[in-house]
Amino acid sequence: MEETDVQRELSHRQLAKCPTGIQGLDEITGGGLPRGRPTLVCGGAGCGKTLLSLEFVVRGAVTYGEPGVFMSFEETSEELAKNVASLGFDLADLEKQKLLALEFVYIERSEIEETGEYDLEGLFIRLGHAIDSVGAKRVVLDTVEALFAGFPNELILRSELRRLFRWLKDKGVTTLITGERGEGTLTRHGIEEYVSDAVLLLDHRVVDQIATRRLRFIKYRGSMHGTDEYPFLIDESGFSILPVTSLGLDHEVTSERVSTGIPRLDGMLGGQGYYRGSSLLISGTAGSGKTSLAAYFADAACRRGERCLYLAFEESQNQIIRNMRSISLDLEPWVKQGLLKFHAARSTLYGLEMHLAMIHKLTNDFQPGTVIMDPITNLPIVASHNEVKSVLMRLVDFFKNRQITVLFTNLTHSGELETTTIGVSSLMDTWLLLLSAESNGERNRLFHLLKSRGMAHSNQMREFIITDQGIDLVDVYLGPGGVFTGAARLQQEAQEKAAALAAQEELERRRRVLDRKRRIMEAQVAALQAEISAEEEELQALKDKSKLQQKIAAGERERLALARKADAPEFNEGE
Amino acid sequence: MPQEKDYELRLYVAGMTPKCLAAFANLKKICEEHLEGRYSIQVIDLLENPKLAQGDQILAIPTLVRKLPEPVRKIIGDLSNTEKVLVGLDLRERV
Repeated sequence: MEETDVQRELSHRQLAKCPTGIQGLDEITGGGLPRGRPTLVCGGAGCGKTLLSLEFVVRGAVTYGEPGVFMSFEETSEELAKNVASLGFDLADLEKQKLLALEFVYIERSEIEETGEYDLEGLFIRLGHAIDSVGAKRVVLDTVEALFAGFPNELILRSELRRLFRWLKDKGVTTLITGERGEGTLTRHGIEEYVSDAVLLLDHRVVDQIATRRLRFIKYRGSMHGTDEYPFLIDESGFSILPVTSLGLDHEVTSERVSTGIPRLDGMLGGQGYYRGSSLLISGTAGSGKTSLAAYFADAACRRGERCLYLAFEESQNQIIRNMRSISLDLEPWVKQGLLKFHAARSTLYGLEMHLAMIHKLTNDFQPGTVIMDPITNLPIVASHNEVKSVLMRLVDFFKNRQITVLFTNLTHSGELETTTIGVSSLMDTWLLLLSAESNGERNRLFHLLKSRGMAHSNQMREFIITDQGIDLVDVYLGPGGVFTGAARLQQEAQEKAAALAAQEELERRRRVLDRKRRIMEAQVAALQAEISAEEEELQALKDKSKLQQKIAAGERERLALARKADAPEFNEGE
Repeated sequence: MPQEKDYELRLYVAGMTPKCLAAFANLKKICEEHLEGRYSIQVIDLLENPKLAQGDQILAIPTLVRKLPEPVRKIIGDLSNTEKVLVGLDLRERV
């Protein structure tokens, strides 16, 4: 191996590390295990020692091109190969490629009789031969303590073990030694005293009847390392440790939008809905409609022809389908078409790691475009808040890397509405808050959009209505007394209507009064006119009469004058 | 106690160490005394043939393996305790 001066100087100053390739482990240790030195992995039965060490050699061979030797004292090569085949490790193929040597050491106490002096040179020869056959850089001894069962002379054994570890160090191979945890000691036979460089403790703890795997570096000489307990899980891709800090924030983003399934909600989110591949949180108090909102989103995903994975932690598939039918949302056809897949499991059914493993597995198998986790509230029952938070963080990253839109629902309690129980809100791109407001003896659902990264979104409160016709968002009535919802809103609306009606009626009434007045006035005018014309007629009549009288009088006079035989016309006007 | 069958014995050693030499000498002596004409001894030096260690699951050196008669027996050490060797070879009843 060629090294530059700088590197050589650095390696003098800092311990050379051997990357394990195990997800999360290299981040905790700042690069891996101490190169060329033995590391002890101890823990109780079934805590994953064998798997961890096997993954160490396999990853070394596959990823780093460092061949390895796996010396097993407990399982035959065939058993080992079978056990890890489910993880996608093909041990036989690696052996064929000379990247891996499996050495099974069988010890049967009953076959062995001991007489006189001996040493374990045979073990050295076998191990040395295996190392040389592949040019191994990594060695695993699983579990070397099995020797204690086979050889009763502990004095010889201990001195031989000490010699073995020294020998391995001299060979410059990075070694993992596993050991079963003993009572009050790290290993049953105290082999930790021979391995002084690094000790890794695996733990499979049952708290409240739920098992969680944890890992901790008890000792790592000459190197900075995380000293916390890290939860880890074993799934079909092998080991993965969940360091809280490991956030892959380099995923691609898309500006494609996906509908929420509710037109008015799309409208509130800049008119187009959520971003594809974003993380969504719907939090709300009990019965505020979180599941309904989630189901609408699932329905919308299926309508787009997208696959949707619905992880139900509280309700069964049939219950959700039945309940959603009551709001005229039928999810069953999607299930039948294979677009919608439910996975219902109580959050307490298994530990967090198993949940994670299941979610990973389901996601890989089903390849959904949308994932719904309903609700995440109960996950802290099976693990601490921090673990759940780190798991959710990892989940969000996992989904984002695959451009899967993920929707979480979370039950909050009134009084702490804007805090999520797990404190995951910062992981979420869009946060919808549902709450029920109590007024006038009834509860009504209110809807806020607390945040939605990267889009102009409505800041208004809406009333969230669930009817047998489905979900609708309506404008809330903002009155002088605050926000009115439900019956209060209806009442307010009715009052407004009544007031408007009354005003209308008043107007009508006034118009009618005016009309009547006008008609009366007109009648009066007509009467007066009639009076005037009557008087005029009378006047005319008088005039006519007097004219007639004058005429008659003139006629009379004429007749009289005629009778008098007067001829003086001046008498006509006289008299 | 098997009478007719041949004793097929293998002695695994790693080089000519004092322990190995002692084991061979002790074995030779015991066989001559108790199994005259009924045994064969194969000495395998694992330094020369390290591959052979796997077949008989050898860890300790020296190891004597009784291949025949069945069942296979292993006796580890320099075979200095004759009584134990005889018991291990089923030539003497266990006490």
